[in-house]
Amino acid sequence: MTGEPSSVSAGASGDTRHQRVAFALMIAIFALLPLVVYPVFVMKVMCFALFACAFNLLIGFGGLLSFGHAMFLGTAGYASAHAAKVWGFNPELAIVFATGCAALLGVATGLLAIRRQGIYFAMITLALAQMVYFFYLQTPFTGGEDGIQAVPRGRLFGLFDLGSAGTMYPLVFVIFVGGFLVIWRAVNSPFGQILKAIRENEARATSLGYDVDRYKLLAYVLSATLSGLAGATKALVFQLASLTDVYWTMSGEVVLMTLLGGMGTLFGPVVGAAIIITMQNYLAQIGAWVAVVQGAIFVVCVMAFRRGVVGEIAHWLRKPL
Amino acid sequence: MEIFGIPTQALFGQLLIGLINGSFYALLSLGLAVIFGLLNIINFTHGAQYMFGAFVAYLLLNRLGVSYWWALLIAPIVVGATGIVIERLMLSKLYKLDHLYGLLLTFGVALVMEGLFRNEFGSSGLPYPSPPQLAGGRNLGFMFLPNYRAWVIAVSLVVCLGTWYAIERTRLGAYLRAATENPQLVQAFGINVPRMITLTYGFGVALAAFAGVMAAPIYQVSPQMGANLIIVVFAVVVIGGMGSILGSVLTGFGLGLVEGLTKVFYPEASNTVIFVIMAIVLLIKPTGLFGTQK
Amino acid sequence: MKLKLSSLVAALALAFAGGAAQAQISGNVVKIGVMNDMSGVYADIGGPGSVVAAKLAVEDFQKTSKAGLKIEVVSADHQNKPDVGSTVARQWYDTDGVDAIADVPTSSVALAVSQVTRDKGKAFLATGPATADLTGKACSPNTVHWLYDTWMLANGTGSAIVKTGGDTWFFLTADYAFGHALERDTEAVVLKNGGKVLGKVRHPLATQDFSSFLLQAQASKAKVIGLANAGGDTINSIKQAAEFGIVKGGQSLAGLLVFLTDVHGLGLQTAQGLIVTETFYWDLNDQTRAWSKRFAAANGGKYPSMDHAGVYAVVLHYLKAVEAAKTDDGTKVVAKMKELPTDDPLFGKGTVRQDGRKIHPAYLFEVKKPSESKGPYDYYKLRATIPADQAFRPLAEGGCPLVK
Repeated sequence: MTGEPSSVSAGASGDTRHQRVAFALMIAIFALLPLVVYPVFVMKVMCFALFACAFNLLIGFGGLLSFGHAMFLGTAGYASAHAAKVWGFNPELAIVFATGCAALLGVATGLLAIRRQGIYFAMITLALAQMVYFFYLQTPFTGGEDGIQAVPRGRLFGLFDLGSAGTMYPLVFVIFVGGFLVIWRAVNSPFGQILKAIRENEARATSLGYDVDRYKLLAYVLSATLSGLAGATKALVFQLASLTDVYWTMSGEVVLMTLLGGMGTLFGPVVGAAIIITMQNYLAQIGAWVAVVQGAIFVVCVMAFRRGVVGEIAHWLRKPL
Repeated sequence: MEIFGIPTQALFGQLLIGLINGSFYALLSLGLAVIFGLLNIINFTHGAQYMFGAFVAYLLLNRLGVSYWWALLIAPIVVGATGIVIERLMLSKLYKLDHLYGLLLTFGVALVMEGLFRNEFGSSGLPYPSPPQLAGGRNLGFMFLPNYRAWVIAVSLVVCLGTWYAIERTRLGAYLRAATENPQLVQAFGINVPRMITLTYGFGVALAAFAGVMAAPIYQVSPQMGANLIIVVFAVVVIGGMGSILGSVLTGFGLGLVEGLTKVFYPEASNTVIFVIMAIVLLIKPTGLFGTQK
Repeated sequence: MKLKLSSLVAALALAFAGGAAQAQISGNVVKIGVMNDMSGVYADIGGPGSVVAAKLAVEDFQKTSKAGLKIEVVSADHQNKPDVGSTVARQWYDTDGVDAIADVPTSSVALAVSQVTRDKGKAFLATGPATADLTGKACSPNTVHWLYDTWMLANGTGSAIVKTGGDTWFFLTADYAFGHALERDTEAVVLKNGGKVLGKVRHPLATQDFSSFLLQAQASKAKVIGLANAGGDTINSIKQAAEFGIVKGGQSLAGLLVFLTDVHGLGLQTAQGLIVTETFYWDLNDQTRAWSKRFAAANGGKYPSMDHAGVYAVVLHYLKAVEAAKTDDGTKVVAKMKELPTDDPLFGKGTVRQDGRKIHPAYLFEVKKPSESKGPYDYYKLRATIPADQAFRPLAEGGCPLVK
């Protein structure tokens, strides 16, 4: 977001060594984690990490705060659940189909929302998300409050039974890493540079001859698509698609994850998602304090910790992360 | 006689009810509009402060035996004071940053407040009786109108018009409006701008709490009551024009009417019609129906 | 030598056989997980009170049992979200050694937990959820549905009211699966008993203001306004109905799903005259009174809701079945629960049917006027008792694949 001078030259094309180290570290951690931690939990973290990374593409690099990203997560979730359960799609086809649905929704809503900026952009994405929520609440195929239950994981490519965590985990891992790489590539490409330029000073970018709206729309659709990928995978991991995923509080949660982890950093959202999901899981036993703690984290992050966890580390290292 | 299959009598009843709901929307959006229009702060805590006001009234009645009428005075002052504390300690530090940080901060504060109240009071809601002076109602022929609901419309109109007048027509209001346009210049004239901003925020919050006390006898007093309303109220402010107080008030009442009609013809959509309108307005006239470009 | 060897073998065989006669309890602990809404709209109906009830059941079981089982009770908050519920259930079963999950209000979560329980072969002791599908098309050999369901509510309240003269109805329905189901089932009962439905209106879930819908109900002049909703929606409908003088105007309100704790939240001034169906009330007989006093003492003075009583009873029956079946394998224990007749101080004698449905009598209550009540929680007067065999949907009509 503008107004906060970035003390780290985010994504300068030089010196990605630290980023490569961080990437290798991340891969190693996620590859080995299921040996010590409950695998379904780690899969959940990866799905939300991808969602947060996709969201961060829009806010951290594009400077656009969307308050309606849940609509992409949820749409893909319902699409993939429906495709796998009712149409009997193989999991890879279900995920591709669902991601496509999210992309389409991204194009449709993006064309409407991109025309405005700042708070108006946030409000319009919120309004659109609420309408999408209402649509899913009413249509019978989503099962309303019950959601789509008992979604079969199926056989990957018709060969590998995804029923156990042993086969499901590698798939989710590959999807997560793949999505992350797409974002990394996008950020460090010329497209990413122009996006950052637009975020810093839109008027100047326009005066240089760039079609600002087209770039913003592209970023928006890319963010929507990858959010959809996360949602589609999540539906298969939990074998369930429900209204929670399209409700506006989910949009608020992804903002929290990104803010806590570090907006505008590559690895921030991953860390933020991991912290929030772990906290929710741990506090679920205590129940009532989750909202208070999340709210307190919001407050602390905005007041004193604006760079987020990874942002602070990057600042200390004086290298982009 | 029937209009679209509904007898006119019943329709009038629904419109009147819509107007009553509109009064709440107007009261709440008034506070938000004041805060955003004059201070450029997006106060997501507004819903929680509304809820806080209702709870203060509840506690005043049940722990101290203080009646509704006193609560109408005390709750806004108490909650407004907490608002001032929030502004001094936290919000004022964010003015030089992007406005969206203010939104995120107030969002966080709202979560904390609602969580704390939920821990303390549970979520099923607590009863608050109508003040005995306003109990009962009168039969208007086409419907039975409870006295309390009529009271709500009257008070809301008075408060909304009063606030609008104070801001648009009095000198104090002029100072305030000038201060938001050009704080340095106004400060150079010797007016304590930061203090005015703080007090204005406190006033906006007090309005929210006032609406909360008004709402307590009608809706159950529950920690959730604000969260349910906040995005609707935001939509009202956005539609009305984020800089315009009159716009928010008129939109608030207008939305009440539209919602009332929706409840008759397509009730399931009554929660969502506001967002459809908001999306349409944002596309055609993004600064809102009465708003001006900032 | 031969004799000695064979007697040695025999002795060893006996030792092993003797060992096998001990219960095969996984991890040597019977772990029961109470999962419900600890902090949201249903926290008073279930919430921490259900954990108290479960612990009371464990206590009482240990007093009379000879099996010497180690039993633990854990709890979690599902926040009324099916994904949270299903994740917690999975984790409980996979890594925490939980053998049975109890309570789980909110039908969407219950359906998800039922599925996970079936996949893992554990036991699901459902008291909180309302959906009759749990013993219908979504029935499972690992699920026991205690307490109540939408069919029973519809039939209990619906037919009893029609028979006492409330033959014209108007429905105020929450616009989601549970509300629709309740409205559909009640409408069927009303029509079957010769009544008429004069109109219905659907409101969005978590509506704040019902004045518009109540106005339509008033205009319909139906004798009974059926509230096919739950929780905060029901409370708000009732409160605002009182404000608009609906009951004073001669119409009566039928709360299709109301708990004692809801009435407590409303206050008798507002809730008087309301007709509800529940399967437990603390003041029914000496046994329920004695237990409720014990419960209140352990629960900070708050009296039990129907759900708390249900958790107590189902956990007690589950533990008896574990002892009898000598294992905590979910499928086997649930089968045993269906075999053994039930007998507890709260619901009396009953059975668990093939489809998992627990059968016990239901009671039609009317909320007292403030003048008739002697103190807090003294809210109901008994209007009618519906015998167990009529209270619940007949076995053949459910569409449960387990029923042959």
